[in-house]
Amino acid sequence: MEALIAVIIGVLTACGVYLALRARTFPVVIGLTLLSYAVNLFLFVTGRLTIGQPAVISDQAVGYADPLPQALVLTAIVISFAMTAFIIMLALKARAELGTDHVDGRLEAGDGGGIQGGERG
Amino acid sequence: MNHLVIAPILFPLFAATLLLLVRRAIPLRVRRRLNLVALIVQILLVSLLVQRVAGGEILVYALGNWPAPYGIVMVADRLSVWMLLITSLLAFFAMLYAVRGTDAGSRHFHPLFQLQMFGLSGAFLTGDLFNLFVFFEILLLASYGLLLHRGGASRVRAGLHFVALNLAGSTLFLFAVGTLYAILGTLNMADLAVKAAATPPENLGVVRAAGLLLFTVFALKAALIPLYLWLPAAYSSTSAPVAALFAIMTKVGAYSILRVYTLIFGAEAGPVADLIGPWLLPLALATMAVGTLGVLAAHELRRQVAYLVVVSVGFLLTAFGLGTEASIGAGLYYLAHSTFAAAAFFLLADIIAMGRGTLADRLDPGPIIANANLVGALFFVTAILVAGLPPLSGFLGKYMVLNAAVDLPSMPWVFGVILTAGLFGVIALARSGSLLFYRAEGVIERTGAAGRSAVGPNWGRLLPVIGLLLLCVTLVVWAGPLSDYTRAIAEQLLKPNVYIRAVLGDPLNA
Repeated sequence: MEALIAVIIGVLTACGVYLALRARTFPVVIGLTLLSYAVNLFLFVTGRLTIGQPAVISDQAVGYADPLPQALVLTAIVISFAMTAFIIMLALKARAELGTDHVDGRLEAGDGGGIQGGERG
Repeated sequence: MNHLVIAPILFPLFAATLLLLVRRAIPLRVRRRLNLVALIVQILLVSLLVQRVAGGEILVYALGNWPAPYGIVMVADRLSVWMLLITSLLAFFAMLYAVRGTDAGSRHFHPLFQLQMFGLSGAFLTGDLFNLFVFFEILLLASYGLLLHRGGASRVRAGLHFVALNLAGSTLFLFAVGTLYAILGTLNMADLAVKAAATPPENLGVVRAAGLLLFTVFALKAALIPLYLWLPAAYSSTSAPVAALFAIMTKVGAYSILRVYTLIFGAEAGPVADLIGPWLLPLALATMAVGTLGVLAAHELRRQVAYLVVVSVGFLLTAFGLGTEASIGAGLYYLAHSTFAAAAFFLLADIIAMGRGTLADRLDPGPIIANANLVGALFFVTAILVAGLPPLSGFLGKYMVLNAAVDLPSMPWVFGVILTAGLFGVIALARSGSLLFYRAEGVIERTGAAGRSAVGPNWGRLLPVIGLLLLCVTLVVWAGPLSDYTRAIAEQLLKPNVYIRAVLGDPLNA
């Protein structure tokens, strides 16, 4: 199972990095989201993979799951959720202000309707 | 337990909440005063804390009274409160400038400003690595809002880059923290230091990788080469008081580097000792060199000042990278100077830009601005300060760092880069100054806003600049005791055992 999780994290990270390097804001946002998924999963398994173990103290327990990574991952999920919401709003605002969804605000052939909007900037 | 330790974190949070709740209920004039009063109280709280820790005592505040390393601790040592003091003084003058109109665009400027203070104070005081991440996110989220305040195309474009880069940085931060936790089983910085020093050989590679990953994150925040490219656009396009406040943001990265790599990966960390030693000094020197090229090439005054911030980061990390008590002490003295000087320069650049109508801060000959004598004199003083010429604090900081480097093997590199960068800095600023104030051509277009510039100096805007410059003068006048204090900070930093014992209690438990 470790190998499977490791591969999943690796694939998510690779896709995230690839998309984050794209020139349009939408793939960049998706890429950053995938990166945050990858890191959340990574944080979750830093407490090692255990099945059916209690995280809080109990009399019958033979072993424990580490509760701390679960707390960390909750915090990380909340923060990345807020950040994603923020960057989506910012990407929309950039599209409105710059008239293009290029990350550098550059207008290119084929941007079509964006060109009129770009002159407002 | 001493509740004063957490007061500089909680107070801005309460102030922000209050300012957020009353944003519609009470007029802007009152909210401005509330914010200024809150910042003064913050300065007083931090001053109290300075008195407590100046003797060398390390105050530890365990949240919820959970003992370290199980709970989160706030730790106030000399370094933390020095950073807090610089931050709160800087924030007061930035706000003093912001209340002259910058804050009018949105109701959220004042709460965001206090939230930024909340994040900054937390980042400086926390003794827990994951908690440091959380406070980084708080200060970043507030800074996104402040950076984008009042919008505009260039601000949104720079903001998008800033946010995307920092999100990627946060992801790296989490990967590094997760790896450290997975191997060492703790997040408390003092406990990490103990555990890292006892890393078994088979885990050494992973811990080193995590440590270097962490360095990448802090280098991004500090704008170290090659991760500084976001800074010039972000700082030069945002509003002046925000840029002034952001003068401390790169120092958060520098602080984190100093904290983590003296405590967890410091000289006494056994197998992981001196982890970034081979990297920090060359990168810092390269940052200075590239930043200087940017200063020479800049076509706008604000962009030039932004590149000067990059140069000062390079200088600061050069001092930290030398790694001796004298050089770190000198670096911390320079940190205070460069923060105040850069902030004053951003504010002054805004004043100059407003006086030049459509030319703004472009470095082209233009009309003589109103009150050119006064503004020009302030420009002259600030330029001397930033370029590091005697008799002001920039020179003292530079001299102390050079003095600390004399006997070290890296001396030729350090001297060569610092002195050459200083020379080019002087040339670039002299050129800007003469373009702005001597080669004046044409007349001011007296349209609308420019009309009021004839009435006389706008003291409301000049006062914060003069205040920041006076702080730098204070750094010169009391250079003796202050450099003794920064030396004492460095001394405390290079003895991580004292910190570890203060946090974890009895050394036998550790």
